[in-house]
This record gives sequence, structure tokens and C-alpha cells, in this order.
Amino acid sequence: MPRIKIQRKSTAIDMTAMCDVAFLLLTFFILTATARQPEPLPVDTPSSIVQIKLPDSDISTITIGGEGKTFFGVSGQPVRVNMLERIGKRYSIQFTPEEKKRFSLIETFGVPVANLKQFISLDGATRSKEGFQPGIPADSVNGAASELHEWIIAARYATKEVNNKELRVSIKGDSKEKYPAVKKVIDILQRQEVNKFSLITSLEAEEK
Amino acid sequence: MAELDTSGGGSKKGGKIRSKKQSTRVDLTAMVDLAFLLITFFMLTTTLAKPQAMDIAMPDKDEKNQETLDVADNRTMTILLGSNNKLEWYMGLVDKPIGAPTTTGFGKNGIRKSIIEQKKQVLGVTGDPKKGLIILIKASEKSNYKNLVDILDEMAITKPQTYAIVDITNPEIDLLKRDKLY
Repeated sequence: MPRIKIQRKSTAIDMTAMCDVAFLLLTFFILTATARQPEPLPVDTPSSIVQIKLPDSDISTITIGGEGKTFFGVSGQPVRVNMLERIGKRYSIQFTPEEKKRFSLIETFGVPVANLKQFISLDGATRSKEGFQPGIPADSVNGAASELHEWIIAARYATKEVNNKELRVSIKGDSKEKYPAVKKVIDILQRQEVNKFSLITSLEAEEK
Repeated sequence: MAELDTSGGGSKKGGKIRSKKQSTRVDLTAMVDLAFLLITFFMLTTTLAKPQAMDIAMPDKDEKNQETLDVADNRTMTILLGSNNKLEWYMGLVDKPIGAPTTTGFGKNGIRKSIIEQKKQVLGVTGDPKKGLIILIKASEKSNYKNLVDILDEMAITKPQTYAIVDITNPEIDLLKRDKLY
């Protein structure tokens, strides 16, 4: 008569192992996923047929959008700290370790150097509000190099020093952006002899 | 491990062994469902979020050393990017183009056709595969970034021998103005 007992037990499946595996995978994907920070300037990139993926490290992104506003971002937190130190030296601004740490967490920013200290002290939600950041000045003032120029140079030196690699510059432009705004950035890059760079695009199926 | 004892302390008093046996198992179906849903979400977001990168190389700009390289007129094709997603192209020099400048659009029936045609023609004239078509891309102030990417995309598709992005000159702007593209 023990048969009846066995049959009653088999109605429920033991899901412990399945649950274990599922959560292990979940933890893995959560940890490997790079948290996508809200971009201060959402841009609609034009599509192209190229299928080369953008590398993750040693890359800086210049975002152009919203009527010629430029934003700058570089990958790697130690690189960002090094870059901030260089900019601080260049414009004679002292940054505290706390400020450096906060700055290293900002992925993309677009404020003039004069407002940088105040900008770092703000919290992330205020910072990433659309239209809050005015963009980095890309025009040269009184013959001195523009701030964007200085940022790019600082980022290049910082990448070389921290990672011992060449920084790859990429431009992420809005598809409706007028050409002069793009030209301005390309000119800045060419002035420091960066003749090779990438344009970030989204995927498009190749027309046959 | 994942089975929780929900019977509580009350079971001790009553001493009902049968009811205690049933309550030890918790149904994990919903939990596993949720876990797999999240796994799917994270898997898709991590792999699909990566954007594409189009590499371009600009001609070296040396302000001190202005070297010019003479190339045959019949090998150079100039593409002017105008307003309203239109473009104009001509062969040779702006003041004496070979054939009239043509206004066309982007895409496979527009500029791509012309480029492929010209590519064949140039190869037929020079007869040397090393002396292929040279394309100069000149974007006017009225064109937008998408036009630039589109034309670079055409370069990637048609693969001319050389192409470069160069500054537009005044006679070319006048040409665009004449054809109401500026």
C-alpha cells in the first residue's frame, strides 16, 4: 500500500535548483550590465550600415545636439579623475578628493569650467535634467583655445597616463544637427592632430 | 534551502504531524518566473545597447606646410551637400565642370547610381585600377549631420578609391544657391 503515498508526493516539483540557477544568472547579468545613466542631452543618432561595435574602454564621446550644444564624456573613472586634475591645473581651480570622486561618477557633462564646482556639488537628478546643462563652450575666446579643446587634450593625456593607450574620440551627433556645429568639433579635433575618429550611428539594414 | 517553514510555533502545541508536513513547502513557481523575466531583460539590454561606430579619417591639416597634389580633373567627383536633404555633384573643377552639375537625392536611386556610373567611367578612361575615382565631399552650412553620415555611408557601400571631406568654397556655394539648395 505504499504506492499511494508516492503518487501524492510527485504533484509538486522541487524548484530549488532551478531557482538557484535563475538567481545566479540574474546576479551575473545585473553585475555585468553597465548601468545606463540618463543622458543630459538625448540625441537621435543617424543610421548607417556599418556594423563595427563601439569599444568600451579608452573612448571619449563628444555629443552634439540641441542647436550646437556640445557635451563631453570619457570612459573609466581613474581617467576622469586624472582629467579633472589636469583641467584644474590648467584653469587654476583646486578640487577636493570628495569632488574628484563625485566627478568620476559623471558619465557625460556639459558645463563651462567656471560652473564646474557648483555642477559637481549638485545631485544626479538635478544634473541630468534636460536642458539644465548649457554645453561646453567650443568657441575660442581671445585667441585662447576653447574649453572643449582643453578637455579633449586633458582626456587624451589622462588616458595615456592611466591606461597607456591612445584615446579614441567619437562623435555622437543628432541627425538634425546643422553641419557647422559638427564642423566646429571636427576642426577642434584636427587642430590637435586627431584626424581619425568615429561617428556613432545606429544600425540600419543594408539596401540591396 | 528554498523551502520555508511557514507552520509557525502553533504546530508544537497541537502536535498534528500531518498538517505540518504539508505546510513545509512553498511554491517557487512565481519566484522563478520573475527571476527568468529579469534575466531576459538584462540579457537583452546588455547586448543590444551598444552603438555602432563609423570610423573616418580626415585629411591631415597642416597650416604651415600647404602641399597640394595635382590630380586629373576627370577623376575627381565633387559632391556638395545642400539643404532639404538634396545634393549636387559634378566632375572636374567648379568653374569648368565636365558635364553639367546634377542635383539628386540620397539613397540607392540617387547618388549611389551616379557614383557607380562615374566609377566605371573613370576606370574606363584611365584604364588603371590604381587610378580610380576620387570623391570630394563638401558639406554646406545648410546640410545637417545626417546628410554627412548618409554620404559617408554611400562611400562605404560604393567604395571609391579615395574620398575626403573638405571645406566648401564660395563658387560652390553660388552653385548651390543657383539651384536653390542653399
